[in-house]
Amino acid sequence: MTKATANLLYSKEHEWVLQLDGNRVRIGISDFAQKQLGDIVFVETPEVDDEVTANESMGTIESVKAVSELYSPVTGTVVTVNEELADAPETINEHPFEAGWLIEVEMSNPEELEALLNEDVYQAYINEGEE
Amino acid sequence: MGTATALKQTPLFETYGKFGAKVIDFGGWALPVQFSGILDEHEAVRTKAGLFDVSHMGEVLVEGKDAESYINYLVTNDVTKLSIDQAQYTAMCYPDGGTVDDLLVYKLADEKYLLVINAANIEKDFDWMKQHVKGDMTLQNISNTVAQLAIQGPRAEGILQKLTDTDLSKIGSFKFAQHVNLDGITDVLVSRTGYTGEDGFELYLDAKQVEALWIKLLEAGSEEGLKPCGLGARDTLRLEARLALYGQELLSDISPLEAGIGFAVKIKKESDFIGKSALSAQKEAGLKRKLVGIEVTGRGIPRHGYQVVSEGGEEIGVVTSGTQSPSLKKSIGLALLSAEHAEVGTPLKVVIRNKPIDAVVVKAPFYKKS
Repeated sequence: MTKATANLLYSKEHEWVLQLDGNRVRIGISDFAQKQLGDIVFVETPEVDDEVTANESMGTIESVKAVSELYSPVTGTVVTVNEELADAPETINEHPFEAGWLIEVEMSNPEELEALLNEDVYQAYINEGEE
Repeated sequence: MGTATALKQTPLFETYGKFGAKVIDFGGWALPVQFSGILDEHEAVRTKAGLFDVSHMGEVLVEGKDAESYINYLVTNDVTKLSIDQAQYTAMCYPDGGTVDDLLVYKLADEKYLLVINAANIEKDFDWMKQHVKGDMTLQNISNTVAQLAIQGPRAEGILQKLTDTDLSKIGSFKFAQHVNLDGITDVLVSRTGYTGEDGFELYLDAKQVEALWIKLLEAGSEEGLKPCGLGARDTLRLEARLALYGQELLSDISPLEAGIGFAVKIKKESDFIGKSALSAQKEAGLKRKLVGIEVTGRGIPRHGYQVVSEGGEEIGVVTSGTQSPSLKKSIGLALLSAEHAEVGTPLKVVIRNKPIDAVVVKAPFYKKS
């Protein structure tokens, strides 16, 4: 399996965005985020046809210990949801960038992608926060 | 990220990092929430063994001719029933029956007792104890010089036995041995008690020696699968075993009877104790609220503070603790409910992010060791 993180964009809320065809993107949480959360036991994402808005809450993710908000990195309409996560939320810990993706969105405002961070900038952002 | 006030640290703080701990602010203390992961550590304690640093707990020494009668006035259980080298779980109440703290009383000698109290309550408890000092006795807060480790799980005894000639099989439940030598670490109090629902020991010793003991134990237990564990696993373990946590199940406005630890309240003990008349009245009138186990059958996890409503939507109580149970793989919790909704099998709803989610009252503890 290839590690497909090179083309990802990241939000400061630790979601990643992968551009698919046209204005369609896939969204997940970063490896850093899953490590911070610890063992993930519950995830609640929006449903197909729901609208999501950049930088606003789009769902909830829970580890054994804590409840955290999921923030959408883009604005648009949800077109697909990763149904596998309902029964196996631990997939997010195991494969945050691949099988652990959350939703796919048809963007209504693709320029929002410009506000996101590339891999290098995101890594620097995480390292800063660690201090 | 930075906090304005410095967090308190246990003597093992510097050691956590070497074992991969994730350290968080836990009520003003910098403590490890996990090492390898909460689920992994939980599983280790249920099937093998886990080692916890619980040095943040408070210890108060009570000595003197009147120590026994003093403590017996302070707590709800009956300490006159204790033999030397025996420990007792008890509560300490306000006159109105609300709970000051829950604690363990260790009878070290005829006129010498050790009280083990919750970290977040050390100052409050010690002030309360000082206010009620009576007769020929002294009170000493030794929390900073005493460290505590807990080794818990089915293999705990076997691992600990490797470090000592003292026959641990002779120490029964809620009994302890004093001045035990653990591989050169002297003067350890070894108590068969714990907060996980498993067999195991709590070890009290001089704070200066605790790092050495931590390392010796992990070495001695490596073959048996002993793992360093954090407070995250401690919380899921105690919750499955339905052990109360002060600040959640117990509070100044929750009595020990309501919290389901009535076994530690001896209304019939002859001497008076603080809260006795209020607790007697509560018992006689029948409890208005009861702590029960709940299972969320819909999609969601109950958490501390979530509201509980009846099927008809009427407010009936609140979740005190909740999690996804690692042993049962179910969404469980404890809730303080009005008594008419507290019967096992009663359907109810937990309000999770403004949505009422199906739940039911179930028998607790959720887990009992086999």
